[in-house]
Amino acid sequence: MSQQYPALLVIVPLLSALVISAAGWINKRLCFPIAVAALGVAAYSSIGLLLRVLDEGAIVYRLGGWDPPMGIAYYVDHLNGLVLAVVSVVAFLNLIASKKSIELELPDKTAPFYALYVLQVTGLLGIVATGDAFNLYVLLEITALSGYAMLAMGKDRAQLSTLNYLYMGTIGACFYLLGVGYLYIVTGSLNMVDIANILPSLYESKAVLGAFIICLVGVWVKMAFFPLHAWLPNAYTHGPSAASSLIAPLVTKVMIYVMIRLILTVFTPEFAFNILAISKPIVWLACIAIFMGAILALAERNLKKMLTYIIVAEVGYMVGGAWLGNRAGMTGAILHIVNDALMTLCAFLVVSNIAYKLKGYAFDDIKGLVRKMPFTMGALVIGALSIIGVPPTCGFFSKWYLISGAIQASQYAFMVALLFSSLVNVVLFFRVIEICYYEPFSDDGAHGHGPPSEPMAEAPLTMLVPLFIVAAGLVLVGIYTGDIVNKIIEFAIPQGIV
Amino acid sequence: METMISIKPLLAVLVSLLITPILVSSRAPNVREAWTFVAAVAKFLIVLSMLPTIMKGTEIVYTVAEFLPGAAIKFRVDALGMLFALVSSSLWIITSAYSIGYMRGLKEHSQTRYFVFFAFALSATVGVAFSANLLTMYLFYEMLSLATYPLVTHHQDHEARSSGRKYLLYIVGTSIGLALPAMLISYNLAGTLEFGKQGFLAGTASKPLIGLLLFMFLFGFAKAAIMPFHSWLPAAMVAPTPVSALLHAVAVVKVGVFSVVRVLTGVFGTDLLFSLDFGPVILLVASATILIGSFIALSQDGLKRLLAYSTIAQLSYIVLGVGLLSPKGITGGMVHIAMHAFGKITLFFCAGAIFVATGKKNISEMVGIGRRMPVTMAAFFIASLSIIGMPPCGGFVSKWYLVLGSLEAHQMPILYVLLFSSLLNAAYFMPIVYRAFFCRPEEAMFENTVQEAPPFCVVPLVITAVISVILLFYPQPFFNLASMMVQQITGT
Repeated sequence: MSQQYPALLVIVPLLSALVISAAGWINKRLCFPIAVAALGVAAYSSIGLLLRVLDEGAIVYRLGGWDPPMGIAYYVDHLNGLVLAVVSVVAFLNLIASKKSIELELPDKTAPFYALYVLQVTGLLGIVATGDAFNLYVLLEITALSGYAMLAMGKDRAQLSTLNYLYMGTIGACFYLLGVGYLYIVTGSLNMVDIANILPSLYESKAVLGAFIICLVGVWVKMAFFPLHAWLPNAYTHGPSAASSLIAPLVTKVMIYVMIRLILTVFTPEFAFNILAISKPIVWLACIAIFMGAILALAERNLKKMLTYIIVAEVGYMVGGAWLGNRAGMTGAILHIVNDALMTLCAFLVVSNIAYKLKGYAFDDIKGLVRKMPFTMGALVIGALSIIGVPPTCGFFSKWYLISGAIQASQYAFMVALLFSSLVNVVLFFRVIEICYYEPFSDDGAHGHGPPSEPMAEAPLTMLVPLFIVAAGLVLVGIYTGDIVNKIIEFAIPQGIV
Repeated sequence: METMISIKPLLAVLVSLLITPILVSSRAPNVREAWTFVAAVAKFLIVLSMLPTIMKGTEIVYTVAEFLPGAAIKFRVDALGMLFALVSSSLWIITSAYSIGYMRGLKEHSQTRYFVFFAFALSATVGVAFSANLLTMYLFYEMLSLATYPLVTHHQDHEARSSGRKYLLYIVGTSIGLALPAMLISYNLAGTLEFGKQGFLAGTASKPLIGLLLFMFLFGFAKAAIMPFHSWLPAAMVAPTPVSALLHAVAVVKVGVFSVVRVLTGVFGTDLLFSLDFGPVILLVASATILIGSFIALSQDGLKRLLAYSTIAQLSYIVLGVGLLSPKGITGGMVHIAMHAFGKITLFFCAGAIFVATGKKNISEMVGIGRRMPVTMAAFFIASLSIIGMPPCGGFVSKWYLVLGSLEAHQMPILYVLLFSSLLNAAYFMPIVYRAFFCRPEEAMFENTVQEAPPFCVVPLVITAVISVILLFYPQPFFNLASMMVQQITGT
């Protein structure tokens, strides 16, 4: 059984997606349990897989028994073992938390939504697990298409902004495909490990250089790396709560993973950091991304949209960290994939709780949130502390590695950008906290006794419990950072990077 | 140095954290306050139970989680940490009693929130005291900043909101903007963050870089209110008085100076500062803060604001003592943590008691108040003597050692700074006391009948005033701890 984990991870959700859409014809209430079971299996097998990788080292799984380079191989090592576990657990928790919100926001579309949801997770898990560059493209499109469909179900301008996302996402995917095409022409292989073995003799080739740059740009579009970010804020803001809280934590992070995989496995760090002299400019781009993400977030008067700009800044953290070219930076980037997935999930679950109970999530709508939804507010504070980077939440520790990496690489601009972003996050979140805490004002007398008391109107337990698990996870992951780094990430980074 | 592993430091930190769910869920205020007392007493007893071990020269160590070599969440109880933990945990008990009198006397809202965050703040304070390295200290330092925000902004009106912003801007802004990068640079230089008896930065960096780090650490812990990062402290006086009393005379500001002292002795090391000649720089910054703070205090009419500026000046005494880099000076600085705490908390308690009993906040409205509240004003008098540094109060001991330290370090200007500052202290405290008791009958703003604040307010301030006096005759607990620490630092 445990031998089949890599296949189970992808096959079970894929088939379940089909079953769910069929079950939707019979009885809509069947869809949710099937989805839970499918993602439960995925989460279980991904954790089992990670434990196996920790025991035995990298695992190669040949789909259908075909050998690479002809067949498709799934290749799971410490790096994607970790990301797989995060993706499947986040997707599972979010599914549980989102049931009520899906039923409220999309009462007549629950069946297709669950099918798309599971399909999206299939795609994400596949992207992470696969060891085949072309297979990755296919899964990228599965992810993207199911994502467009889910986001477009939102209200207001959801369809327009999703259309925008679709254009940009397709361009990004095309770039990636083009790059893979070049690679295939040059090496005659699509298997990542295989390509990595063939490439060293071809490092001087312009085609390889072109392939790398084109792939990189394609992935950047998909991860919303500034200035290629324009599709993200609106698409994520207008989408249904459940879709946003699945896609926002995972898609950008998985694309960061793809970038790191390209650097570490396909093209090798030697090529990316030493032969190409593009590390410094990319770190500068990352600094700009962080600055701009932070400043654009400051301008927002809407909680959800503010969070989307924070994602843009966080993408800058990870791209910059990965391109610092040293161990600390890379560790920070990989650790931040985990941490940012969790804290973005926490923040977006808070938003869906707010959307479930209140009129909206604009700053004017969340006045007095402390009194109406104290538990949701508590989770928001923990998420905010993590995004700001206050110990012992996990966000602090990834920032620690990133700043250490910046110091070791003498890239002080990146350090300044990270600190600047932390400070801006303090302003952003304490502004939200102020609004939830002080407003509406009751009196301006000399001795205020605070705003009038309001009856509590908290979200249902099925939404609160997953939120609490995630919030507690932020602290636990922070405390166990040492273990995560020493036992997993340490092995995910090649020895060549010091 | 012998060490011993024990979970007690962690317990001392957690005990107040663990009761917060009970506080939140208690329906009856009496039950809630009873639990606060249980936690406060338990915390004090745990701290106290470690005292004999520490006095024997053994240090207590406990590692919670190690996330990088040399950078763990780790506790180490040494003499200096013990001194600070004793002061803050003992005063929490007294303040809890006072809080009951004050909050109920004024029928304040959200008392549960108030007691919960108070408990959080105390956890963080003891956490800072027992930190074994910079990372742990930074963790609890930030936790304290955030836990005190709801306390400072308790009234939730426009003034509280803008003060809260200022508070966070200064405290969190400096800690993320200066202390955090300084910590990371230190880690990358030395490969450790563990406080050493002679620091860990010696020999790792050039003089300009050490100077830069010194600047970043000194101002990065803005809770120490070293000018120009001081103006959050008067703004934070918008908080209810027990908060000002414990947090802004004892816990928060002392955490700031404690952090600065720790960094100066445990990160840089006095030898390094001496050999690079950074002592005078610290002295200059501290002296400027002392004098300017005292001058500003002279012109204040709001009693709590006056106390705030007085605190700013007094905190820099502690920094000044360490900046002298001489054994007696450092001893004086460390003992001053305790002496100032007992004196200043009494003064704040008095200010609060006056507010509860009469609703007055300004000094100009307190003429003749000694006739109405003789006990409170007598305590006020004793405590102000302690702050000025006159017998029969504990403040005399620390100031005496600071003076000796300045002679020992051959820093004559510092001697004058200390003496002049004492004059200034007298100049802003004595008129208050004088006019409270000795005014002409037609000037008196209060009737001649004695009417004190509720006993829950008055008893605590009498206790702290009496302790201030006792500390002159029996300063040994704090004094011995301080001199033990100084011995370890200077090796003499």
